[in-house]
Amino acid sequence: MSDTLLDVENLWVRFPTRNGIFDAVRGISFSLGRERLGIVGESGSGKSMTGRAVLKLIRKPGFVEADKMQMGETDLLTASERDMRAIRGRHAAMIMQDPKFSLNPVMTVEQQMVEALTTHERVSRREARSRALEMLDAVAIREPERVLRLYPHEVSGGMGQRIMIAMMLIPDPEILIADEPTSALDVSVQLQVLEIMDKLVKDRGMGLIFISHDLNLVANFCDRVAVMYAGRIVEVCEAGKLQEAQHPYTRGLLNAVPDLEHPRDRLEVLERDPAWREAPSVSAR
Amino acid sequence: MNMANDNGAIDIRNLRVWFGEGAARNVAVKGMNLAVGAGESFGLVGESGSGKSTVLRAIAGLVESWDGSITVGGESLRQKGRSKAFYKTVQMVFQDPYASLHPRHTVDRVLGETLQLHGFSDIDARITRLLDSVGLGGGFRFRYPHQLSGGQRQRVAIARALAPEPRILLLDEPTSALDVSVQAEILNLLSDLRSEMGLTYLMVSHDLGVVGHMCGQVAVMQQGEIVEELGVAEMRKLQANHPYTKHLLESSLGAIR
Ligand SMILES: Nc1ncnc2c1ncn2[C@@H]1O[C@H](COP(=O)(O)OP(=O)(O)OP(=O)(O)O)[C@@H](O)[C@H]1O
Ligand SMILES: Nc1ncnc2c1ncn2[C@@H]1O[C@H](COP(=O)(O)OP(=O)(O)OP(=O)(O)O)[C@@H](O)[C@H]1O
Ligand SMILES: [Mg+2]
Ligand SMILES: [Mg+2]
Repeated sequence: MSDTLLDVENLWVRFPTRNGIFDAVRGISFSLGRERLGIVGESGSGKSMTGRAVLKLIRKPGFVEADKMQMGETDLLTASERDMRAIRGRHAAMIMQDPKFSLNPVMTVEQQMVEALTTHERVSRREARSRALEMLDAVAIREPERVLRLYPHEVSGGMGQRIMIAMMLIPDPEILIADEPTSALDVSVQLQVLEIMDKLVKDRGMGLIFISHDLNLVANFCDRVAVMYAGRIVEVCEAGKLQEAQHPYTRGLLNAVPDLEHPRDRLEVLERDPAWREAPSVSAR
Repeated sequence: MNMANDNGAIDIRNLRVWFGEGAARNVAVKGMNLAVGAGESFGLVGESGSGKSTVLRAIAGLVESWDGSITVGGESLRQKGRSKAFYKTVQMVFQDPYASLHPRHTVDRVLGETLQLHGFSDIDARITRLLDSVGLGGGFRFRYPHQLSGGQRQRVAIARALAPEPRILLLDEPTSALDVSVQAEILNLLSDLRSEMGLTYLMVSHDLGVVGHMCGQVAVMQQGEIVEELGVAEMRKLQANHPYTKHLLESSLGAIR
């Protein structure tokens, strides 16, 4: 079993627009081992597109270019859509930034969870139902019996997010790409959900790409952090050392966080330097 | 009585909100009281699923199964329906920026229609100004929601809420989809608007740093009830009485360290 689960070299995500081609991701390189890799960066910097590109989920007319995209034995660049479907079901899963969008609006929580369970394992519907209850309980959802009967529009923001997380963990993926998975959760529930992901990395050797704009969270939870700006990686560091990051952009992000214990009249905002955009991407391999 | 000042106040008494009937009935808000003075900024925090969004939705007229009383700007609200004048006074920013924008309407159309509905004429100039104020340049004006990142969509939603120049903003996790630098810009903008125009905010957020920065008074919810109301100064000093509030404050500080 190799320790590099994913190896990506010179990845571009490009969208043809009326004003020419827009490059959402501009030549980034990174690898993922059995670790927690954090991706942070401002809105629009290309975090989600990076995650989606790995699973070839970029919608047309957008397209992906890369020198290398290797997931285990599979060369993602030449993989067919059929191969990709098999990979998405088994080896790699993504928790999307918009949980309700990814849940089926006309199926109850129970129907979707049971369907996901029965397609992945040989279990009876009854077993599947009780597994679903356990899973909701594991992500700290109160009254799981009631929640099973609800449709996606009837659950709260944070409940939707946790239902998505529970569903994505069903196939027991080797690689999990989690796009802002806890942004709608209160701190206490957030800690419980992070613990579940943490366990999968520690006990089963899963590789986790954790996309988040919460710098404190990433600093505490991840092993490594890549900081993205305008489609490139501007800095890579050990998560524990994020507070000592050097790049003025990373420093700017750190300083913009409102802190309960140290109130300020105005929050600092970023002064963007055009040079940041031009600097070559730092490798996170 | 000074009507101008009274215009922005929210008063909630004994509010109960439920979903479903008979055996399936679930009471999401179980008799809460809340008073937000005109020009105040009030924070609503608490457990996921505790009923925070439901409270805002009841005020905005998006949930009909409730009793108790809700008074906004001196006007007592009915269960169903809100007038156009109500939406000129009260606007809501939704938690989910994906669901709240029409997928086939460009940013320009979203803002243009809102402005038109509220009787503005200098629409073109206003759209430019609104986009500017939320940090989106003109390049975004003719994009569709699917061509925007999560944070960019939320900024469009905030611009739309600001368009009618409301007096009260109901803000449901307005910045949880935003990165910290855009969050800082939006929070500074909201602070400025409030001090310039005396707006009233009722803001839901799970980020205690954000609530501490924006609000004077905070109510903590758990399972459909307010378990404690406290000032931000007390919150900072961790002077909470209810065990859940204590737990929330400790987890929040623990997460930072
Ligand atoms: N279909 C599209 N056409 C043109 N540009 C697009 C399209 N989809 C996304 N983009 C642009 O690609 C850039 C990167 O988007 P992405 O969703 O990866 O951002 P992000 O870093 O995840 O931001 P956020 O934190 O706000 O979610 C954004 O500037 C966005 O506007
Ligand atoms: N349309 C609906 N039908 C049935 N139940 C609903 C509906 N809307 C909300 N609920 C229930 O009401 C409760 C409170 O939901 P609400 O969205 O107000 O929570 P919240 O405090 O905003 O949580 P979060 O922080 O996760 O967004 C939940 O148990 C939810 O399932
Ligand atoms: Mg994103
Ligand atoms: Mg909510």
